[in-house]
Amino acid sequence: MSQVFAPPPDIDRLRSRAWLAAAVGIAVSAGGFFLDRGQFFRSYLVSWLFWLGIALGCYAVALLHQLSRGAWGLMIRRALGAATRTLPLLLLLFVPIVVGLSEIYVWARPEAVAADEVIQQKSWYLNRNGFLLRAALYFLIWMGPAWLLNRMSLRQDAAADDRTFRRMQGIAAPALGLYCLAATFASVDWLMSLNPHWYSSLWGVNFIGGHAVSAFAFIIPVALFLAGRKPMDEQFQPRHFHDYGKLLLAFVMLWTYFQLSQLIIIWSGNLPEEVTFYLTRTEGGWLWVSILLAVGHFALPFVLLLSRDLKRDARKLAWVAVVLLVMRWVDLYWQAAPAFAHGEGQHGLHLHWLDLSTMVGIGGLWLAVYFGELKKRPLLPAFEPYLREAVADE
Amino acid sequence: MNGVEQETVGTYGLMAEFESPTGLIAACEAAREAGYTKLDAYTPYPIEAVWEALGHHKSKVPLLVLLGGLAGASGGFLFQYWVSVVAYPMNIGGRPFNSWVAFLIPSFEMMILLAAFAAVLGMFILNGLPMPYHPVFNVERFAQASRDRYFLLIGKIDPHFDPTETRRFLEGLAPVEVAEVEE
Repeated sequence: MSQVFAPPPDIDRLRSRAWLAAAVGIAVSAGGFFLDRGQFFRSYLVSWLFWLGIALGCYAVALLHQLSRGAWGLMIRRALGAATRTLPLLLLLFVPIVVGLSEIYVWARPEAVAADEVIQQKSWYLNRNGFLLRAALYFLIWMGPAWLLNRMSLRQDAAADDRTFRRMQGIAAPALGLYCLAATFASVDWLMSLNPHWYSSLWGVNFIGGHAVSAFAFIIPVALFLAGRKPMDEQFQPRHFHDYGKLLLAFVMLWTYFQLSQLIIIWSGNLPEEVTFYLTRTEGGWLWVSILLAVGHFALPFVLLLSRDLKRDARKLAWVAVVLLVMRWVDLYWQAAPAFAHGEGQHGLHLHWLDLSTMVGIGGLWLAVYFGELKKRPLLPAFEPYLREAVADE
Repeated sequence: MNGVEQETVGTYGLMAEFESPTGLIAACEAAREAGYTKLDAYTPYPIEAVWEALGHHKSKVPLLVLLGGLAGASGGFLFQYWVSVVAYPMNIGGRPFNSWVAFLIPSFEMMILLAAFAAVLGMFILNGLPMPYHPVFNVERFAQASRDRYFLLIGKIDPHFDPTETRRFLEGLAPVEVAEVEE
């Protein structure tokens, strides 16, 4: 099979739309920055975590594919790989968070720390330098293997090479373990420390489970786009989408399992310093967000994804994926936003237009870079040993 | 079933024998195109393509499992609700009597239990096992079905079934032999 699977030229159209969205989103958000600096940084954090979650999820799923093999992963490997190459952009987009650190995190305000003994006890971990050093380490842990694997995958376009194939597997195993470790600590640094008094040992796996849902919710619409155009229209088959549907269902259930475990443990323990998390999230408007999350992030997609016919219908599956992508943002907002109101006497739900504009701004920029990366390489590695099996007819 | 009395009372159906799975798959597809619906195929090993060619009917087992699961989950939850709220209300650590979060795990377990029962019992009820007698074994050559031959059966209960027409149809599919299956 020496066919070259060149990406369809349509990608440029998506890319120019993404640039447009980026321009509008960034311009509006810049206005917001001058109007309400605190709100800008808080909205920015959630939006950044949303797009980072997609990129890291794609990275983790790509590693999983290297280890487990299987036609499903081979078909989307280049689409996943393109997402891992957006990590340098996400590192660049981390800069505003560093700039607004004291606007976002209570522990970064010296006067708040001085008045709070609990934060003082934790300041050996929660401090500016440690936060920056750890963030650098996380990105090193994620970007290093991603860079290596992307380079090796490119080699499979040139010639059949069994050693490359094996070495990629050798890299993927430790990389997946390190990804989980780094993501666990990152979830503590970036999200859990928003409320430095509160802690949950399930927070990290929750974060990782969310990444996996984000990855499939994003990659299914991308696969649908590619499956509708040459050259991939002849390669993608219902069974591939069936597999994506099954994996999406599995990760939706995994996310639910982690969320529910956290709730049950905290409910059973009934400790005053832990229950605050759920008390603020069942008050006023937040109760409805919690219910929306239970229905939209679990019940509805769970019931829909049980259907074999729906999973084999790429278009319908993509709709479920889009709903889950929206829910990924709701989940992150639900985790982060109630903590921002902490100590300011306003626990209620306050959506802000900056929440939307930062999503559009970062998202447009990220998608533009993503589609640019997707366009750079053939959509299938021509000399991958299992390629023929992966695209065979049912 | 269609109100017309069939003359061939002692017949269960007609069975064609094929030498290869491809012959069987082609025959299954031809039979479905000809309008036959009460088909069954016998192969020495599972062949997914045969299942597809037969126009895999949807099994009712998933529905039974769903009903079992719903009965288990709601029954399990309501039982705990009755115990903790109606029968023996107790204040445990200041939590509400209807401590639904704590009820989730036993409800979940009950859901799994009844769904599993529904799956196993439903499977046995729907497939009629154990079945000590089945007419297909009256065909002597049917023993080959567990070795190297592939069989297609068109049942008498099929609305299109006609002893002579169906036999002619099956003989047109290039089988090794067409046998009548006695009831």
